[in-house]
Amino acid sequence: MSVTVDVAVVGAGPAGLAAAVAAAEAGARVAVVDAGNQPGGQFWRHAPETVRPEPDGHGHHGWSTYLDLRARFDAAQRAGRITYLPGLQVWMAEPGFTLHTTAAVAPAGAVPVAVTADRLVLCPGGYDRQLPVPGWDLPGVMAAGGIQAFIKANGALPGKRFIIAGTGPFLLPVAAGIAEAGGEVLAVLESSSPSAWLPHLRAASGVPGKALEGAEYAAVFARHRIPYRTRSIVTEVLGSGRAEGVRTARVDADGRARPGTGRVYADVDVVGFGWGFTPQLELPVSLGVDTRLDADGSLVGVVDERQQSSVPGVYLAGEVTGVGGAALAVLEGLAAGAAAARPDSGVPVKQPAAIVRHRRFAQAMHQAHPVPAAWQDWLTPDTTVCRCEEVTAGDITEAREELGARDVRSLKSFTRAGMGWCQGRVCGFAAACLGAGPGEAPDAGSLAASAKRPLAAPVGIGELAALD
Amino acid sequence: MNFGNGPRGSDVLVIGAGVVGAATAYFAAQQGLSVTVLDKGLPASGTSSACEGNILVSDKELGPELELTRYSLDVWHNDLAEHKKLWEFESKGGIIVASRESSLASLNRVMAVQKGFGVDVEELDQAALREAEPHISREALGGASYREDCQVQPMLVAAHLVRLATEAGARFIAGTPVTGFMRDGAGRDGGRVTGVRTPRGDFPAGAVVNCTGTWAGELAAMAGVEVPVLPRRGFVMVTEPLPPMVHHKVYAAEYIDNVGSSDAGLQASPVVEGTPSGTILIGSTRERVGFDRTVSTAALGLLARNATALFPFLERVKAIRHYHGFRPYCPDHLPVIGHDDRAPGLWHAAGHEGAGIGLSAGTGKLLAQALAGLTPDMDLTPFAPARFGEASPQTASREEATA
Ligand SMILES: Cc1cc2nc3c(=O)[nH]c(=O)nc-3n(C[C@H](O)[C@H](O)[C@H](O)COP(=O)(O)OP(=O)(O)OC[C@H]3O[C@@H](n4cnc5c(N)ncnc54)[C@H](O)[C@@H]3O)c2cc1C
Ligand SMILES: Cc1cc2nc3c(=O)[nH]c(=O)nc-3n(C[C@H](O)[C@H](O)[C@H](O)COP(=O)(O)OP(=O)(O)OC[C@H]3O[C@@H](n4cnc5c(N)ncnc54)[C@H](O)[C@@H]3O)c2cc1C
Repeated sequence: MSVTVDVAVVGAGPAGLAAAVAAAEAGARVAVVDAGNQPGGQFWRHAPETVRPEPDGHGHHGWSTYLDLRARFDAAQRAGRITYLPGLQVWMAEPGFTLHTTAAVAPAGAVPVAVTADRLVLCPGGYDRQLPVPGWDLPGVMAAGGIQAFIKANGALPGKRFIIAGTGPFLLPVAAGIAEAGGEVLAVLESSSPSAWLPHLRAASGVPGKALEGAEYAAVFARHRIPYRTRSIVTEVLGSGRAEGVRTARVDADGRARPGTGRVYADVDVVGFGWGFTPQLELPVSLGVDTRLDADGSLVGVVDERQQSSVPGVYLAGEVTGVGGAALAVLEGLAAGAAAARPDSGVPVKQPAAIVRHRRFAQAMHQAHPVPAAWQDWLTPDTTVCRCEEVTAGDITEAREELGARDVRSLKSFTRAGMGWCQGRVCGFAAACLGAGPGEAPDAGSLAASAKRPLAAPVGIGELAALD
Repeated sequence: MNFGNGPRGSDVLVIGAGVVGAATAYFAAQQGLSVTVLDKGLPASGTSSACEGNILVSDKELGPELELTRYSLDVWHNDLAEHKKLWEFESKGGIIVASRESSLASLNRVMAVQKGFGVDVEELDQAALREAEPHISREALGGASYREDCQVQPMLVAAHLVRLATEAGARFIAGTPVTGFMRDGAGRDGGRVTGVRTPRGDFPAGAVVNCTGTWAGELAAMAGVEVPVLPRRGFVMVTEPLPPMVHHKVYAAEYIDNVGSSDAGLQASPVVEGTPSGTILIGSTRERVGFDRTVSTAALGLLARNATALFPFLERVKAIRHYHGFRPYCPDHLPVIGHDDRAPGLWHAAGHEGAGIGLSAGTGKLLAQALAGLTPDMDLTPFAPARFGEASPQTASREEATA
């Protein structure tokens, strides 16, 4: 099956929904391809509407924004302006543009559709950034966002007693969500320190909504007596066969464990780690868009004030332009959708002030919550870095020191790190750091090699055989 | 021989740290020569990192290439025996499968010829084929088993040979593109090549070896000689990890026809093989489109159709990745190996097309013997650079590339 439209949107999270609505309302014929079975993306993920037709938005922020966008989305769909294609993953975007798709859930999933469009708005979001630590490959260790997604999608918890660790404000909603769903959070361990915020307060105060959110979380933490420990990390996940506890330590400003501060939490079911997010760049990169390093060390797509990338006709919105939260994703989506609908309006657009404010806020957040410079010190040579291919930190150090592998590309060749099922989505950032060497952060070139995945999603060989 | 003049100088300067340059540096160092290796990137950043690691006897015709292949196999098995583990050397064996009466007939003809010149090949009837590869298509009529076919991990070969060469005294400098040649000014063409020029300064050398794969023509042109090495694109597809389903390297009989062909159009014949990590590699297309890096859905479709024809179970398996590389080939499908009499001091080892991994070991050893002033174990005349004559380098290669 195939569909031809003016504007094709990839993703139906905050950015994609907003882009689709803006483009349709500006008069374009729009198709929306999303791997999810219903709109919402990561942020507004909710129980299947087939089961709960009227979700009340419990545990969600910005739910009224969602309801508004959703109503406009549904209306545009009814009016035939939006073709909504859920349950499909884009595995390749061809220049020109054609999106090739495959069922997100095989084998009985949606029927693949090829979407041809004059312009693309890519809003594929991101995923949790992970850093390895001894024991992180035990069952029971999850990405913090994975825990949240589990709760949002199932309305149930993946365990009873939780440790949440990493850095960034995102640890708060995860812990709050667990507590509200009836789980026990033994501690939230934040590697950074609240005083790190002080220099950035001005930027933060530009986005009052965030302060409000923060206050809500503080109330939840107080109500459930969740300990929030700053300058603290998990140094090891303990357990035989599965996670049963964690060893923790206090750290200095670089993230180096301070001697004598070790402590053990026992009887833990689930350990959730979150070190910020990695934008999902394979589609933009495969189309050749220019990228840059963002303040959080992630590779992101470069856009102009109309959200257009360096490739004419390819617009980007949401996490792929820089991790900045759902509110910013919506603003960018609206701008991108409107611009993609009327690419030739030619009028130079002044970037909405709200986007600028939110970007400044995101920047401040990244600077206050860096990946600790000394994180590589936490590893032992036998710590697994690439779980798919069972590559250890020692293997990577050896490849760097003996074979001169300094970037992700040669590390992959020499050690197979990032060659497995997940194609380096989990270990890519960590491997790039290890390739750069102790205390070093990877450069854009190395991260670009890691983001390069010519198949943006696995695709059946039977389906490929039908291509001509 | 000692040309090492000054701190930067050496007897031999190797340009390019792909498998061919790495092997040349390694064997030259073994000969006791002082060696410098320069690459514009890291080791194995060219075609050697975008290929498969097959060392094949089964696809060679009678002639100098087969001779070089067998010599090379001997080097892999003997000279390099102690290092086999470093590059995951595996004597896995290849099987060629025929699914049509006509291809079975030509396979039988090829086998008879190959047996005649000593290739270890055994005929497989339908039952024997099933036993060797239980998941092969029901359509398969029969095949041929080549026990000598083996494989290595090419990136590890290049990286470790460079490392071993440096342990034997060679020097490797990454991130150093060669931009020109030093000449001694004598003679009508600027004289003898006496070293190379780079952004990091000049590197004098007694002999300069051009091991730059698909870039070899460009480098030769800098020295004013023609070496028509052209790119032939190939896509390879990789599946999700599976329990062992494919036990040998399995090719379709038409593979042999494609390898020697000069046709510019898209061709593919399946080479399906399992890897130690459980993924299955499906190779590879051949097409002449210059250095075009755009992903071709036509190529992916063709690979998928051919692979599922051999192994129908693949239809339900997912591909997780694909990659492509550019085989360095010469119009006569023979590599260029040896001293370039047109530019004294300049040597070449390039243009090994779809067999450079397998041929690298032998190429390096033979060239090192010649560089050390010895008579090589095998006559290099069929590979001589001067066979391309004095024609102006640029024009000829452009025409070929767009053919
Ligand atoms: C697990 C997780 C939990 C989060 N929880 C919070 C939170 O509690 N609070 C907070 O402030 N922020 C949270 N964030 C961050 C927040 O989700 C983002 O800021 C926001 O969702 C960004 O919106 P987006 O539209 O860019 O991406 P997303 O919401 O991630 O939407 C992207 C959509 O694109 C789809 N997609 C991606 N690739 C393809 C493809 N190739 N083909 C088809 N579809 C594709 C995805 O399935 C998804 O539906 C979370 C992020 C993650 C990853
Ligand atoms: C899809 C595919 C599958 C293949 N499968 C096989 C197989 O199974 N078996 C087999 O034997 N062969 C196979 N081949 C062929 C094989 O990969 C090549 O023949 C071989 O890699 C060539 O090696 P090389 O060292 O000559 O070139 P390269 O590996 O390309 O090395 C050339 C080096 O020169 C460097 N360089 C270039 N210009 C300069 C400069 N100006 N200054 C400094 N350095 C420079 C480059 O950076 C590069 O590192 C395959 C090829 C492809 C594309």
